[in-house]
Amino acid sequence: MKFLVFLEDHEGRLQKDSLGVLSKAASLGGEVEGVVLGSEIEGLAAEAGRFGAQRVHVLDDVLLGAPLPQPRVDALENLLRDRGFDAVLFAASVLSADVAAGLAARLDAGLNYDLADLVVEDGKLVGKRPALGDSVYADVGWTSEPCLALVRSGTFEPAESGGSAEVETFESRLQDFSLAATMVERAHEESEGPSIEDADVIVAGGRGLGGPENFALVEELAKALGGAVAATRAVVDAGWYPYAAQVGQTGKTVSPKLYVAVGISGAIQHKVGMQGSGLIVAINKDPNAPIFEYADLGVVGDLHEIVPKLTELVRARKAA
Amino acid sequence: MKIAVCAKYVPEATAARRIDPQTKRLDRSGEGALNPFDVNAVEEALKLGEAAGADDGEVVIVSLGPERALDAMRRALAMGADRIVLVADEAAAGSDLVATSRILAAALERESPDLVLFGQQADDADGAVLWAAVADRLQRPLISQVADLTLEDGKVRGKRQTEYGYDVIDAPLPAVVAVSDAINEPRYPSLKGIMGAKKKPQETLSLADLGVPADEAGEAGSRTTVQALSDPPARGDTVKIEDDGSGAEKILEFLQERKAL
Amino acid sequence: MRPSDFPPPFDPAEFVVAPGEAEIEVGVLIVGAGPAGLACAIRLGQLLEGAPELAERLGDVPVAVLEKGKQPGSHLLSGAVVNPGSLRRLFAGRVTTREMPFYGRVEHESVYLLTSRRALRIPTPPTMRNGGNYITSLSQLGRWLAERAEEAGATILPETSGHALLAGDGRVRGVRTGDRGRGRGGEELGNFEPGSDVHARVTVLAEGTQGHLTGVALQRFALEGQNPQVWALGVKEVWKVAKPLDHVIHTMGWPLRAAAKYREFGGSFVYPMGDEMVTLGMVVGLDHSDAELSVHDLLQELKTHPFLRKLLEGGERVAWGAKTIPEGGFLSLPKRLHAPGLLICGDGAGLVNVPALKGIHYAVESGRLAAEAAFAALQRGESPGRRGALARYDESLRESFVWRDLRQVRNMRQAFGRGFWLGGALAGAMTASRGAFPPGNVHAEPDTDQELIRTGRAASYPKADGKLTFDKLSSVFLSGNQTRDDAPNHIRLQREVPRELAELWTNMCPAAVYEVAENGVEVTPSNCVQCGAITAKGGRLTPPEGGAGPEYKLT
Repeated sequence: MKFLVFLEDHEGRLQKDSLGVLSKAASLGGEVEGVVLGSEIEGLAAEAGRFGAQRVHVLDDVLLGAPLPQPRVDALENLLRDRGFDAVLFAASVLSADVAAGLAARLDAGLNYDLADLVVEDGKLVGKRPALGDSVYADVGWTSEPCLALVRSGTFEPAESGGSAEVETFESRLQDFSLAATMVERAHEESEGPSIEDADVIVAGGRGLGGPENFALVEELAKALGGAVAATRAVVDAGWYPYAAQVGQTGKTVSPKLYVAVGISGAIQHKVGMQGSGLIVAINKDPNAPIFEYADLGVVGDLHEIVPKLTELVRARKAA
Repeated sequence: MKIAVCAKYVPEATAARRIDPQTKRLDRSGEGALNPFDVNAVEEALKLGEAAGADDGEVVIVSLGPERALDAMRRALAMGADRIVLVADEAAAGSDLVATSRILAAALERESPDLVLFGQQADDADGAVLWAAVADRLQRPLISQVADLTLEDGKVRGKRQTEYGYDVIDAPLPAVVAVSDAINEPRYPSLKGIMGAKKKPQETLSLADLGVPADEAGEAGSRTTVQALSDPPARGDTVKIEDDGSGAEKILEFLQERKAL
Repeated sequence: MRPSDFPPPFDPAEFVVAPGEAEIEVGVLIVGAGPAGLACAIRLGQLLEGAPELAERLGDVPVAVLEKGKQPGSHLLSGAVVNPGSLRRLFAGRVTTREMPFYGRVEHESVYLLTSRRALRIPTPPTMRNGGNYITSLSQLGRWLAERAEEAGATILPETSGHALLAGDGRVRGVRTGDRGRGRGGEELGNFEPGSDVHARVTVLAEGTQGHLTGVALQRFALEGQNPQVWALGVKEVWKVAKPLDHVIHTMGWPLRAAAKYREFGGSFVYPMGDEMVTLGMVVGLDHSDAELSVHDLLQELKTHPFLRKLLEGGERVAWGAKTIPEGGFLSLPKRLHAPGLLICGDGAGLVNVPALKGIHYAVESGRLAAEAAFAALQRGESPGRRGALARYDESLRESFVWRDLRQVRNMRQAFGRGFWLGGALAGAMTASRGAFPPGNVHAEPDTDQELIRTGRAASYPKADGKLTFDKLSSVFLSGNQTRDDAPNHIRLQREVPRELAELWTNMCPAAVYEVAENGVEVTPSNCVQCGAITAKGGRLTPPEGGAGPEYKLT
């Protein structure tokens, strides 16, 4: 199969998720090419070779300087013409999702999204996507070419294969309507850390903390892990933490790579807000807490002892 | 100023949802409701209309779904929207992104609105990013993930929420905007609104009315398939340990093993 | 210590307001889209069809029905085995039982006396025979009746609660609906929407058990009867089953205790819902004395009995819910069910035949009769606000089978206050004598007046295993309850109460709303499924904002 992987860049680096999808494509065998679209991004193309791209197509145009989707649809449409790609893969992001969907309409090509895995079966690409709140998986396919696939963020880890890529620049006419939206002000890194919806790591506190002052333990661990702080309905109700941090049926739904539940019993009202998390670690002194039924690692013990210690250990590990 | 809101009829929340083992898609035969995320879009349309103050403004709800979706869409009318246009055609059942965007674009072209609003996503986990496909078909500028929206002088300015913070993006009208659920707190319909909803115009269209041939809709017009269902990969057994003083170390080990650090 | 020692901070006068300018005017306003309210709406529609001049005089909205749930059926829960007679009468034969949302006729039935290990078949008491009756989900029946009511021209207003009565000059003028969009402290949130004053010529209260405005009206118009009302709490589940059940089952005995001091009056039911589902529930009188009694947990315990375990084997729980049932019967009925401009129907009035476990067909009949009384009082030359204008409702109710049935079984529930065995004997005597024996009327005490005892009952409740037995929180989730957390507390309750009372409430509540706290009780109102149990035991439930609470579908 011949894959084209959309490589997203931000502040001079190729995004980890994009490189993950690239590595995955490389592991599926066949021809793998990447595409980088932006302004002053030529230098990034080479990096793609290390992660499995045999060739990287680059469109360097000041009109693509802002991370807006529509001009990228034009560029990809041009690139895909007559080149015989079987599939175009995207690592999901705010930008790439809009690009993939716009491209689907432009080419009348099928787009499967929220994919948690990709395989090749009998020479055809098959995607696997969770449904019904992650309680069931569906095998999804395409009836057209190219197959457009949007992969869930954080699904594949980048793996260096040590290769190098041929860099090919190309040009594209960009449509008027595609250029009509303009970036007035670019986003800058949030200084307080990620919001809970985007965070890769969340440390959440529940009733077991005992009092609002103990949220400091949760915050310290979150900081050490580079994550966000969340709270259960019970503690938000009690006024220990703001509603914006509430995870659960009547709060936010999150799916970070790591969810550390501190002093949380894990009733279903909370579970439905975080059950899609990659890894769940629970610390609770009640051995019968429901959370132990679905956590990957459960530690029955005193959070007031365990959490500060864990924070120290994480800090030490990261410093090393 | 005419604002069209694309709204979806989704199966009733949570506990009752099932996947139909034959079609392998979400069973939509039961009760349904107006997608909660689209309620934010309806609210935003109403707010923009009220801010503009014009008497000739109109908020029209455009939807693709079964006939009984009208009941659920009426909530939008109760909130203050003026009209519903529902594309209800059996041939459209099972439409994927490609087919759905085609049908919606045709319905929206017929309405020719100044602004098209979408909600953040569909609560049934289907149809995400529909707005980008529709914007491309309509050949209109797009702003998505908008947490704040203002209308000024023939253009919209949206604050787009991304992984890196907020962008501010301008788009001239006519435009397509997808709003996030952070943008507003939807109003409760007033009693008068609920009572008046039924009297407002509710139009049902077929694919033929839109000039969309049946083979470009539904499964025939889709480009993706659902082939099989399986259980999710097992989470793995829960490892449960008692803290004997080394709990923190064991957690660190675990995180390292699983490459979570 | 008794719950009545700590009465709730509730004054009915707070919920009677002077009618000001009419914001909305309707002809007849019905509060509650349950079987009583919808039957009233349907009958009114039929009558108005033949009286176009009156219909026009009633304005744009001749008949409006307020429903506090998300939609009709969301807050409806019952067993249920329904006597179809009233429904047939309501539709004047134009709708057959085949068109009604029934799961089939009762063909076989049995009654069992359970011990902890055995199930002893006993003869079906005559009051409980269900031949000719149909099994239904009240929630689905409500949904269906709402559609018929809309077809008949009624306007149904979901997500709208009745907050206060508009009354002045001794007559009821309508209802003020509840506010929406207030925060926990009562403050107005960004999307605050105030309630509306809805004026109506006739207001019909069909709120069901523990009806809020009903309670207010009974007090305001001095309508209360000779016996206080008493309640039972029913908690039920619906299961998908591997093997179809082919008969209706009622049980008595285990896990309830027979001795008089426990005052554990009740039993369980198991009804087939078609071939694929079964509903089962536990019903226990709220005059029980044990502070640790939890009907939800008794239901879980019941399921561990070999007889029931076998029925549910290979099955899956698909619904859960709870609701109180008025059990005072005839002697607890209000002395009058009308006041100027006001009519009271259904469970709110207490029209339940306890030994037969029937209330739905009485609700339907009372709604129908209320419609006819309202219609008569709206004719030219009459005014529903005039004293006695609606008296025809009470008269027709007294002449109906509703009255006759209830009178016949009037002492039965009170007899069971003497314990299961003596009570059973008394009940038998009452049935055999058609209510002539024992003579007179037995006095009942309010549920709040029962002295609390502790017996370590909770030790026998099974630990939730997530397959056969379930905890309260996951059950609340299954009820579809998604009430927002920052809603104001709609439950009037004293918070600083003795531990024993806090424990009573904690155990009693099927939805885990209450928790024992350091100096009293902690309340999580968003869990509330509005069953009404708290009102029977020292608190006072008022309706939360419209749309809150459970979203029952199969109950």
